Parts: sequence; C-alpha cells; structure tokens
Amino acid sequence: MDSRRHILSVTVENEPGVLSRVAGLFSGRGFNIESLNVAPTLEEGVSLMTITTVGDEAIIEQIVKQLRKLVVVIKVVDLTEVKSVEREMVFIKVHAEDGKRAEVLRIVDVFRCKVVDVGLDELTVEATGTKDKLTALITLLQRFGIKEIARTGTMAMKRSMQDLPA
Amino acid sequence: MELNGAQVLLECLKREGVEVVFGYPGGAVIDIYDRIPESGLTHILVRHEQGAIHAADGYARASGKVGCCLVTSGPGATNTVTGIATAYMDSIPVVIVTGQVPTPLIGNDAFQEVDIVGITRPCTKHNYLVKDVKDLALTIRRAFYLARSGRPGPVLVDVPKDVQQAKVKFRYPDDSEIRMRSYNPTVKPNVKQLRRLAELILKARRPLIYAGGGVISSGSSAELTWLSQTLSIPVTATLMGLGCFPADDPLWLGMLGMHGTYVANKAVQNADLVLAVGARFDDRVTGKVSTFAPKAKLVHIDVDPTSIQKNVQVHLPMVADCFSALTDLKEEMHKHLGTVDFAADHADWVAQVGAWREEHPLRYVSEPGVIKPQFVIETIRKLTKGEAVICTEVGQNQMWTAQFYGFTTPRSFLSSGGLGTMGYGFPAAIGAQMAFPDRLVIDIAGDGSIQMNIQELATAVCHNLPVKIVILNNGYLGMVRQWQELFYEKNYCSTCMAAQPDFVKLAEAYGAAGFRVEKPEEVEATLKKAFALKKTVIVDVRIPAEENVYPMVPAGKSLTDMLLV
Repeated sequence: MDSRRHILSVTVENEPGVLSRVAGLFSGRGFNIESLNVAPTLEEGVSLMTITTVGDEAIIEQIVKQLRKLVVVIKVVDLTEVKSVEREMVFIKVHAEDGKRAEVLRIVDVFRCKVVDVGLDELTVEATGTKDKLTALITLLQRFGIKEIARTGTMAMKRSMQDLPA
Repeated sequence: MELNGAQVLLECLKREGVEVVFGYPGGAVIDIYDRIPESGLTHILVRHEQGAIHAADGYARASGKVGCCLVTSGPGATNTVTGIATAYMDSIPVVIVTGQVPTPLIGNDAFQEVDIVGITRPCTKHNYLVKDVKDLALTIRRAFYLARSGRPGPVLVDVPKDVQQAKVKFRYPDDSEIRMRSYNPTVKPNVKQLRRLAELILKARRPLIYAGGGVISSGSSAELTWLSQTLSIPVTATLMGLGCFPADDPLWLGMLGMHGTYVANKAVQNADLVLAVGARFDDRVTGKVSTFAPKAKLVHIDVDPTSIQKNVQVHLPMVADCFSALTDLKEEMHKHLGTVDFAADHADWVAQVGAWREEHPLRYVSEPGVIKPQFVIETIRKLTKGEAVICTEVGQNQMWTAQFYGFTTPRSFLSSGGLGTMGYGFPAAIGAQMAFPDRLVIDIAGDGSIQMNIQELATAVCHNLPVKIVILNNGYLGMVRQWQELFYEKNYCSTCMAAQPDFVKLAEAYGAAGFRVEKPEEVEATLKKAFALKKTVIVDVRIPAEENVYPMVPAGKSLTDMLLV
C-alpha cells in the first residue's frame, strides 16, 4: 500500500501529560511524527494538536483508532480525507553579506515573506506557506548559507465548502 | 462530613464494591494504612508488591469484579509494573493506588520518588496523579468506571502523601459526573452489520467460532454456547478464551494456535467462515498471518476498534461488546430457525472436523515408571471434576494445562496470556481464593516459575488460604529448553535449574504442607490427600526433564505446519 502524508487534527483535554500520552503512543507503536504542534482553543480546557505523519492506509487507520482510544482525546479528524487549508510558518536566519543582500531580498520578495530582523551580515526571514513552498524557499536560500531555522510544523483546518469542484 | 484524603479514598473504594485490597505499606501510604482498620475493608498483606498486583488481577479474573491493589511510592510502585502490564495485555480490570511523595517534593528526586504515572502510561488503560484532595473522590470513581467499562484494563491512581492528609468536605460524586466527553466505549452492534453477519452465517457451509477472552470478560459464554449448539458451529478458543465453551461438548475443538490441537488448526485453515469473538488475532494464534484461515470470510467482533484490522484484514468488522453482539445475533438467527436446518447444512463439516479429531487427538506417550505431566493434569481434572479454579504459571506447565484440563466454565482458568508473566499463577491463586474461599484453587506451576513469587507462601499461610501448588518439576525452564532442543541444536544454555530448593522442606519452612511424588501410581493418591487438606500445600511432582509440548507450530510458520507427537 502507498505511504502518504496525513495531517491529523486532534482535539484533546488540556491536562498534564496529554502530550506525553500522544507522543508515547507514536513512539511505542513505531509510528512516525513528522511534525506536531499544539495550542489552546477557544473552549477552556481544550487544546488542538495538529500532527503530520506518514503511513499507508492501514497504519493511518491504526493511528487514528489508537488516538481515539486515549482517554484524553476528544476528537480526531484526518484532514487529508477532506478539503483543507494547510500552512506552516518558518523563521530563517540567512547569511546576507553586502554583495549578496540584494539577491536574498529579491527571493524574499518573490516568496512574499517578511524580513523581521536584520544584522550586520545576516537577515531573519519570516515565511508562511505550505510545506512545499517553504521547502522551495529553504532550498533557494541554502546557497547563501542558513545559520538557523525554526519551523512551527504544519497546522491545518477543514475548508468551509467541501462540495465545490476541485 | 469532613474527612482526610486517606478516608475519602477508602470510602470510595467501599462504595465501588471493593471488599479486599491486596497491598504492602510504606512511608508514602502510612496515612491510608492508618485508616484501614476502621474502614471495614479486608487487607491482604503480601510479601512483594508484584504479588499484590497479581493477586488483585487473579481476584478480578475469578470473580468478574474490579481487583484493587495498594502500594507505596518509588520501589513499591515500580514493583507492580510487571503485574500492571500483565493485566493490561489480558484486559483485566484492576485499580492500583500508589502513594506518592508530597506534592511540593514532586520532581525533586525525593526519597522513594518515582514518576509512576509516566512509567505506567503505556501499560495502563489510563492513569492519574491526584494533586488536590477535592479531585480525589471523582478520580477514584472514574478509575473504576474506566477499569470495568469498554475493553477493561488496569487504571492507576497516584496519591501524594499531603493529599492523603488534607481535609475535605466529603461528597460522593454521582453517576452523571463520571462521564467524560472524551470516552465513549461503543457497545451496541450496528444493525446493518448484524444482518450481514446473519447472511454470512446462512451461506456458510464450514463455519467456525474462534472465541477469545472478550467472551469471558463480557459474560457471554451462554450466548456463545447457544449459538454454537443451535446453529451447529464448531468452537475453538484462544488461551484467554478457555472455559467460555464447555470442553465436553462434541462441537469443542480445543485451543488453536502454536500449541493448539490438530483439529482446531485444521478447522481454521479449512473453514469458509471464521467468526472471531473477543479475540485479537495474536501472533501465537495466527502463526504466519498471511496464511491464516485462507479459505474463510473473516468476521471480527470486538469492543476495541483498535483490535480490528490491526493484524488481519477482516471482511466484516463489528465494534461491539461481545454480550450485546451475541445477544442481538441470537435474536437475528432465531428468525431462521424454522426455515433453515443448520445441523443438516453443517453435517459434512462437523463430520470432517470429527475425522480430524480422530486422526490426531491430543496425546502423549506413557512410559512405565515415569510421571508424564499430561497425566498429572488429567488426574487433577478427574479429581476436581473440572470445578476447581486453575491458575498457571507460564511455559510448558501453562500449555499442558490448557491442552489437557478441559475447562467447562468461564473464569475457572487464570493465566497470563498476552504478557506471559512467570510468577503470575501463585499470587493470582491467592486472589482467586480470596474471591472464593470455599472453592478449590490450584496453581499448576513449573519449578522455574514458582520461584519467581515463592515468597507469597507466607501470605497464603498467614491468611489460612488453602491454595494448592502443583509443581511440574523437570529441573528446566522447560519451554525455553524445548525451543533450544528444536531450533537451537540442543544448546541448553542457562535453562537447567541445577540448584533447586527442596520444595517439600520449603513448604514446611513457611508453615505449609509439602509432598513429593516420584512414581506415577502415587500421583492420584497424593493429589487427593493434598486437595483434602485445609491448608496451603505444595506438591512437587517429578516429571521427565525433556518432555515437550505438542502439537507445536514453530514461530512464524503456518498453522498447517504442526509438529505432532
């Protein structure tokens, strides 16, 4: 069966140990976590975890069922099964000496990212986009020399209109 | 009414129906022990915390109630981990209460501090650290609710010492408060799936029921037996399912899998419909999984969705507790009883199964002057008429018991199936004896396993528990030796128990009775004498060193590749 990347939206009780329960489930059963982020929702005591993971259909089915089995998990939605929007944010601290700065800024402009911090010979760029877009940006900036990188991991949400033609 | 945390805890245990607590005191639970005498609860003091958790587990398996275990922080808590994992693998409802260092000290590496909630996260159904005495009562209620509902399992509650001491105005939470939005165990079967199942049964010509521990834990043996007998469907069961169907019924095939009977494994490989009920397609059952039941449509009834489509892709999954599913199925099949002659439809199949049974029945080769372990089990069966609670350790003793005892009632066979925990049987027998003071409770052990929790002899003697231990003594860790013989060129590395205690003297040293049996003609008389004694007894039965368990499907092989006697 084909291995595919899935984005799981997991609503959990916001209580101590919940992250460890979810992470432990993945490590204990040999599943992979590609990225994971977690933050509170509007409802008090409830957090949303967005987990990206890779596996064939049977593995993803097991992951979803195992997550649902955890007593702290309220709801699991596989956003890959529905139409969804997905974004990730990244900070990239890139070398930008005098001779290279203009070229770096041009790339930043093309990708519609922002420069959020400037040093003597480096820039910190903030970019938001899909995983593919960010990968392209990082690839382009790599030849200038990336000093540091911080990514949020994917977050995603189901689209309002599911019935429109693709 | 103002109570301290310790009193709240004990009051909640009582209201959950707990009568017996198996435990061991320590610094972090003295406050709880301080209140036990006035609580009305019976406390059984074990000699090692592993004994406490296994005893609570045995109590739960024998009685169907939630077992309860109480230990101190640190090493007291970590000593229960093997037993918690044992209960988790076999879905046994147990609540474990552990003491913890006072909340201000948590995380400071305080004396006897361990993160037991972290340690047991992967081997409990759920666990809690109670940080405020106001949460204690609700947490205990939820722990019991979780332990016994859905797919049962162990739940641990860690209670810091200052929480035990803190005072609170006691209010017992009502039923509406225990429910959790994040926990909804599915119970009733889907109606459409049920109809499809009925259709599959109507079409099948070679149907087989494969029953597991879920039939026993859900209390649906009667429904399963009705289904088999009325629809003329042969039954096999896993180790955990033994006792869910009467072994003296002609439709009983015996256990399936690695040490299953020839007829059971042949039936699986030739059936056109396999109805798995409360079983989980474990590797010891399926053998090489891609060759399991190749001609069959598979139906899987289980209360735990994660069990379904995990090891085997089935044609009809049904998430439901076995009792609801089998009750509804019974009702559905009732509609067809007037029009369909199931006995005639399945006559050829039942005859074929009978022929396989004749072809290779369970057997062993008797030798003059030698006590065969299978003969010992048969003798125990004869003397107890199948009415005893039988516990086992793990290994050859366990498999011979599973094969030769012929269990007829549920909850009469207690054994560590999933985890395979040596040292389980004897403390479990103590738990079962506490649940049924008047029943005969026997632990069938090996000379290796019994030494893993032999210290509990003191517990049994101290509480006048007439548990019988029958040691099938071959001087080896027999099952590992069997593998070494068959698959490792007889390289018997570290499986010979060269130095062994004198088990008769050992029993006597603890205040129990001890007998040794060395001749086949003494077996029955000695066991009879032992079973009649109203005290803890060890019977040390000397069996041949190199007797093997057969049939055997080597690990990873197909169920058709059986080694026979």
